[in-house]
Amino acid sequence: MSAFSAIGNDREVDQNEFTPGIEPQPTWCPGCGDYGVLKALKGAMAELGKDPEEVLLCTGIGCSGKLNSYFDSYGFHTIHGRSLPVARAAKLANSDLEVVAAGGDGDGYGIGGNHFMHTARENHDMTYIVFNNEVFGLTKGQTSPTSPQGHKSKTQPEGNAKAPIRPLSLGLTSGASYVARTAAVNPNQAKEILVEAMEHDGFSHVDFLTQCPTWNKDAKQYVPYVDIQDSDDYDFDVSDRREAQEMMHETEDALYEGTVLTGRYYVEEGRRSYQQEKRHRGSMPEQPLAERYFDDSAEWERSFDYIDRHK
Amino acid sequence: MTNDELIWRIAGGSGDGIDSTSQNFAKALMRSGLNVFTHRHYPSRIRGGHTYVEIRASEENVRSRGDGYNFLLSLGDSFARNPKEGAYYGEEEVKPLSENLDELREGGVIVYDSGLLDTDDIENFDERVEENDWHVYDLDLRGLAKEHGREIMRNTAGVGATAAIIGFDLDYIEELMADAMGGDILDANLDVLRDAYETVQEEYDVDAHDVSVPEGEHEEEQVLVSGSHGIAYGALDEGCRFISGYPMTPWTDVFTILTQLMPDVGGISEQVEDEIAAAALAVGASHAGVKAMSGSSGGGFALMSEPLGLAEMTETPLVLVESMRAGPSTGMPTKPEQADLEHVLYTSQGDSHRVVFAPSDPEECYEQTRKAFQIAWEYQIPVMVIYDQKLSGEYRNVPASFFDQEPNPSLGSTLTEDEIAEAAHDEFGKFERFRHDPENGVSPRSIPGQKGGHFLATGNEHTPEGHISEDPDNRVNQMNRRLRKMRSIRADLDEDERQDVYGDESADFGLVSWGSQTGTVEEAVDRLNENGYSVKALSISEMAPFPERKVRDFLDSVSEALVVEMSTTAQFRGHIQKETGSYGEMLSSLLKYNGNPFEPAEIVEAAEIEIDDRLDEPSSQTRLEPAAGD
Repeated sequence: MSAFSAIGNDREVDQNEFTPGIEPQPTWCPGCGDYGVLKALKGAMAELGKDPEEVLLCTGIGCSGKLNSYFDSYGFHTIHGRSLPVARAAKLANSDLEVVAAGGDGDGYGIGGNHFMHTARENHDMTYIVFNNEVFGLTKGQTSPTSPQGHKSKTQPEGNAKAPIRPLSLGLTSGASYVARTAAVNPNQAKEILVEAMEHDGFSHVDFLTQCPTWNKDAKQYVPYVDIQDSDDYDFDVSDRREAQEMMHETEDALYEGTVLTGRYYVEEGRRSYQQEKRHRGSMPEQPLAERYFDDSAEWERSFDYIDRHK
Repeated sequence: MTNDELIWRIAGGSGDGIDSTSQNFAKALMRSGLNVFTHRHYPSRIRGGHTYVEIRASEENVRSRGDGYNFLLSLGDSFARNPKEGAYYGEEEVKPLSENLDELREGGVIVYDSGLLDTDDIENFDERVEENDWHVYDLDLRGLAKEHGREIMRNTAGVGATAAIIGFDLDYIEELMADAMGGDILDANLDVLRDAYETVQEEYDVDAHDVSVPEGEHEEEQVLVSGSHGIAYGALDEGCRFISGYPMTPWTDVFTILTQLMPDVGGISEQVEDEIAAAALAVGASHAGVKAMSGSSGGGFALMSEPLGLAEMTETPLVLVESMRAGPSTGMPTKPEQADLEHVLYTSQGDSHRVVFAPSDPEECYEQTRKAFQIAWEYQIPVMVIYDQKLSGEYRNVPASFFDQEPNPSLGSTLTEDEIAEAAHDEFGKFERFRHDPENGVSPRSIPGQKGGHFLATGNEHTPEGHISEDPDNRVNQMNRRLRKMRSIRADLDEDERQDVYGDESADFGLVSWGSQTGTVEEAVDRLNENGYSVKALSISEMAPFPERKVRDFLDSVSEALVVEMSTTAQFRGHIQKETGSYGEMLSSLLKYNGNPFEPAEIVEAAEIEIDDRLDEPSSQTRLEPAAGD
């Protein structure tokens, strides 16, 4: 028997298996977009047949960080901005785990921005969901890296002087091999994208638009959106970096001007994930590292001699 | 004095091969049967500038660099001003000769490269030579090296000249060279070596002085390792297969040694974007079931404060190394200090706890790093190994058999799936990962992917099942349990009966030290006792949980004690006082913070001032701080 028998079960999974039986009701506000992420994630996991115990969900701090209180799997609620380094190391340690990281726009693009850039460029085989509601929610409505210029808050009383981060362009430029945007107001597309993201062999960045009814009533997530893959007006090749880049610019310009476009923007197939690249270069073992501690027959290189070089 | 030990200093510019040359020569001396100890001094720059390495070799055990030295090989700095060929870097002074004369012992030997250095540049050189009875060999080492190969081989020429002057068998050096290189390079180096050797023998009277190589014999095979090697190999042998880091001197030593070995042992090394990520990766890998480690030096460790606290709260095993250098801020990157002690003990928010080990030599580095992993994985707590730039780069000979090279795959208090099935689950079937009630504070853990063991690890306060909770009873229970671990660990550590008191058991005066200064202090104890004083020393290598009983026993047995540390504010003395709550009136301090570690003579001087109740000032590079009271 494997030391990790929850992994690789080929069985029907009901999305309710991800609902903790005894959890309190979510403390998210009524109408919060985070409910949409939770629903889409559970649905996607069930569709992929993932056993809750083979999933590791790492979150940061903020409203988004509460996700794994309401999603029953192995979970690691880390610290502000640090879900990615924890998550990617877990994937390196046990490459058989299904690893998903989640954070908010402040968490993911602000305090954790550096980790985002580097995790994307390394192309770790994992999915990163950023709850983007253009505001700090849990700390009560301050301006975030995705808040539009002019956004007024208690910390920017005269209006935000900074231009917002362009998450999709940033993800692509940093090296993410799958970049998509979806929205809580469209659970069907959201689920579909999360399924794709998790199936994708490499770093999947999903900018997930989530409305914040309490602190950011102006956010454009409330307006009707257009699914770029379903619309003839936005025909482009998602595997072409330049075309994807152009579409992202269009979308990111438009986001603050009235139109919300969602869908897959960039899908790079055939590039080695970080794990594959490391294995290819001989700097990562084939067997998941975590297995060997439970494996009585594991070779522990007892004959390895570091002493000779010092004689 | 000069016959029983050789202290050979090779000086030159950074990038001129001083380090590799000295390591090879140290190894040759070790192979000839001697005990060796190296001390490295270098500037924070890549090429040029004054650098030196000292090798102390003796038949006796050597535990410090000693006082001064008796053989100087001055190679000249090829990247500084070159008196013969004009300027490389402006008007920078050529220091390998001028900077190194103050500590050269009377009757000592100077070999200098007359191809690069000119004694006319040194003030009162001839007078000083005569006054100190130095024996000077002016050799055109550069010319000699050029003749057979390349100028860079002047190191080899210097070693050949050294061997002729001290009567050292060339075979040991030639063997090492043959191990390290081959073909034309080897031939050229051997030619340079032999030519220099013969030139000296033919043209100079090598018996005109008393400096010669001592003779010794080892009972078993020895290896030459540094403190950083001790830590790296301790980690490896304890089953560490994941290291993440960001380069920073002097931590980089451990990081690169392990990075180079990891592919060979099926492990993973990650150089990442910053130190927050480095420590967070180690937490993530550990959470997923791998023995993982990270580390840094002061400034980088500052960034690790967050993941350190997270590891404690989520009870994720973690080993962090902190290799101290002089601060504050980036301070002096290549100079040792012991002033990160409080930083390491107290960093991170809340009532956070960690185990802190402070090894004093390469063997202890190895042993304590192994212990660090055992405790971290058994007690699910962050364990730190704190040492400094001095110990990091110091090489000593250790019996090869000391390293057992038997990896330990045990994950301590981690459950298998069968054990999880038997473990406590709540009424809803959820595994109680953070159970309140275990006696030693440890609630056994599960690993993602294991059937029946899923839980939420969170840096927020949480219930036994891992749910975030602000319930007052739960809070008290969890805090008390985590605190209980420290007491259990102390009890565990106390079971190892270690001999930490050194010197005259009945002595009334004590010296107290920690970490890398221990060997120097113990050498000072020997000298003080030879000088007719009665002194003993205590070295403390467990900083938290603090070995209070052992320290009390020692301090109760003396009437006063001098605490020796490389810090400006007597942090270590403060730690002793805080942990014991007393002894303030009998603890004075000897402090040094000029970037160089103590030499035995400085400690002898200060101890004599204290014991004799004199009011003398100690040497200008140290400071005596009187007892501060409780």
